[in-house]
Amino acid sequence: MGILGFYLRKLYTIFKGEVLVLPSRVVVLLFFLVLIFLPVATQDPYILRILILTSIFAILAASWDLLSGFTGQMNFGHALFFGVGAYATALLNLHAHIPPWGSIPLGAFAAVLAGLIIGIPCLRLRGTYLALTTLAFPIILMGIIFAIPDITGGELGISGLDRLSGSRLSDYYITTVLMLGLCTIMWKITDSNTGIIFHAIREDEVAVRAAGINTTRYKLLAFCLSGFFAGISGGLYAHFMRIAGPSTLEVSMSFTVVIWGIFGGIVTIYGPVGAVFILFPLLEFMQFWPEYRMLMFAVIVLLILLYMPDGLLPWVRDKIETECPRCKIRNIATRKTCRICMAPLD
Amino acid sequence: MVLDIIISGLISGSIYALLSIGFSLIYGIARIVNLAHTAFFMVASYCIYQATHKLGFNPAFGMLTAVILVTLFGLISYKLFIDPIREHEAAVLIATIALAMAMQEVMLIIFSGDYLSVPSLINGYLKILGVKVFYQQMLTFGAALLVMVVLWALLMKTRLGLAIRSTAEDREVANLMGINESRVAMITMGISVGLAAFAGAVIVPLTTLSPFMWMHPLIMMLAVVVLGGLGSIKGSFCGAYILGFAEALVVFLIPMGAFLKGSVALSIMIIVLLIRPEGLFGVSFEEER
Repeated sequence: MGILGFYLRKLYTIFKGEVLVLPSRVVVLLFFLVLIFLPVATQDPYILRILILTSIFAILAASWDLLSGFTGQMNFGHALFFGVGAYATALLNLHAHIPPWGSIPLGAFAAVLAGLIIGIPCLRLRGTYLALTTLAFPIILMGIIFAIPDITGGELGISGLDRLSGSRLSDYYITTVLMLGLCTIMWKITDSNTGIIFHAIREDEVAVRAAGINTTRYKLLAFCLSGFFAGISGGLYAHFMRIAGPSTLEVSMSFTVVIWGIFGGIVTIYGPVGAVFILFPLLEFMQFWPEYRMLMFAVIVLLILLYMPDGLLPWVRDKIETECPRCKIRNIATRKTCRICMAPLD
Repeated sequence: MVLDIIISGLISGSIYALLSIGFSLIYGIARIVNLAHTAFFMVASYCIYQATHKLGFNPAFGMLTAVILVTLFGLISYKLFIDPIREHEAAVLIATIALAMAMQEVMLIIFSGDYLSVPSLINGYLKILGVKVFYQQMLTFGAALLVMVVLWALLMKTRLGLAIRSTAEDREVANLMGINESRVAMITMGISVGLAAFAGAVIVPLTTLSPFMWMHPLIMMLAVVVLGGLGSIKGSFCGAYILGFAEALVVFLIPMGAFLKGSVALSIMIIVLLIRPEGLFGVSFEEER
């Protein structure tokens, strides 16, 4: 009993000293708790549906940030991974009768393969060339899908997939928990040694190569990792909507992912996730004025960018937290001195 | 058949050339990837429809007003939305996408999503080897060529052209030589949007209007620019005709070709990039560090 009490007290101290001191960490904690306990408050199928789709797209947006934000390989065709994941999952489920828990990971591996295939030609390109070339891949695939309607269902897509699970509520828990888990994994990846190399490749690729790091391998790794997570989100989408159609490969899909990523703030992982959780429900809410929906969406994005070109969430974070000039530890903006080294904050 | 392919290739090639030269210019001068470029083309087409159908203008006069109005509109939106965030490359990208989406939605609200069409300037056709060649097609091709010649003269023979070319070469040095860089960027934006609007004006009698008509040309334009080399006018010109003819060949020769035309054109672009990563005529920039 005593040892349990000791660990509980230790946990509480860590919690108080590490989580409660920074408002951004409190917000993340609240975000987790709200998502997990939301069904206690409401089980409205419409709200759950919106949140399920939001979670699925949050995985997609975060995976875009892993590739384009962290590694700096500006990808304008992220719908390719999403679409390949969705189509592979659908084909496996429909023809090989693999249940969702098997078809989604296999679909994700198909997306990894797609990442390798487009990663290899893209290795030689950088910057705007890369962005514009990657835009082409989903369109090429879409042309192929339209050209062989016997296998891919053409314009109608592949329908009649298995449900993700028995009920809306368990669907909700599967997608939300997966989203929280995968985004935490992505965030951890960007914090690891690999993540630091990704950062360095974005900042100065020549210098990284000069330091004896095989940048080719790391760039391909970034493509594969991003493809994997995006493929999972594509598979979840296919099983939740029970259809994998060409809309998953559309140009507007790729652009939407980029909008989420940059709106929320790139090189953060939490930025794109937050952006999806703000923009997607907002777009649904605007169903009340269906004609003006997309117009208002575009105007909001334009106005926010005008005042916060680095993205919404980093801007908010900079307002509520300041960085200690001496030890580079973040502090809440209301403090006068740093919480670690007691240096005065300005 | 052969003549069909040639006509179709020449026409779509000229349109892509007009669009991608404008896009290349503004990218070369200001490093702005203006994804709203073809949306201006779409807005210009709708302006012409409005002027000729609703207001009863003479078609040629309607086109002129449309080009001027859209150019002004482009300059205003540049000043309001793109200029303040020019230093943030990523933000410019989605600002221009959002701008294009906003234009699409406004057109959707005003004109609804129906397909509309505009009558041609001159009717009638000429028979060459048993194939009908409409005068309007010849006019489109001729006008596109004429504008490209005028643009070439502007860039190569005038002081303004010299300023534009030197800014494209090296922005900082051009600034030191006393060229007002932001004004050159503004003028180039005007020229670029004007070219897009003009492309809309010449193509509008040959096609149907819909608020989503900017998507396909945007993709093709990006492919052309990448194929020819970013910022290179000559490259855009050649790339446009290469992809225009590729599209025409696929549509006429392969069954289900209409679905594959985009795929084939983009595959050509990727193959060229594999061999020459900086495009056909692109200069490989010294890596900016």
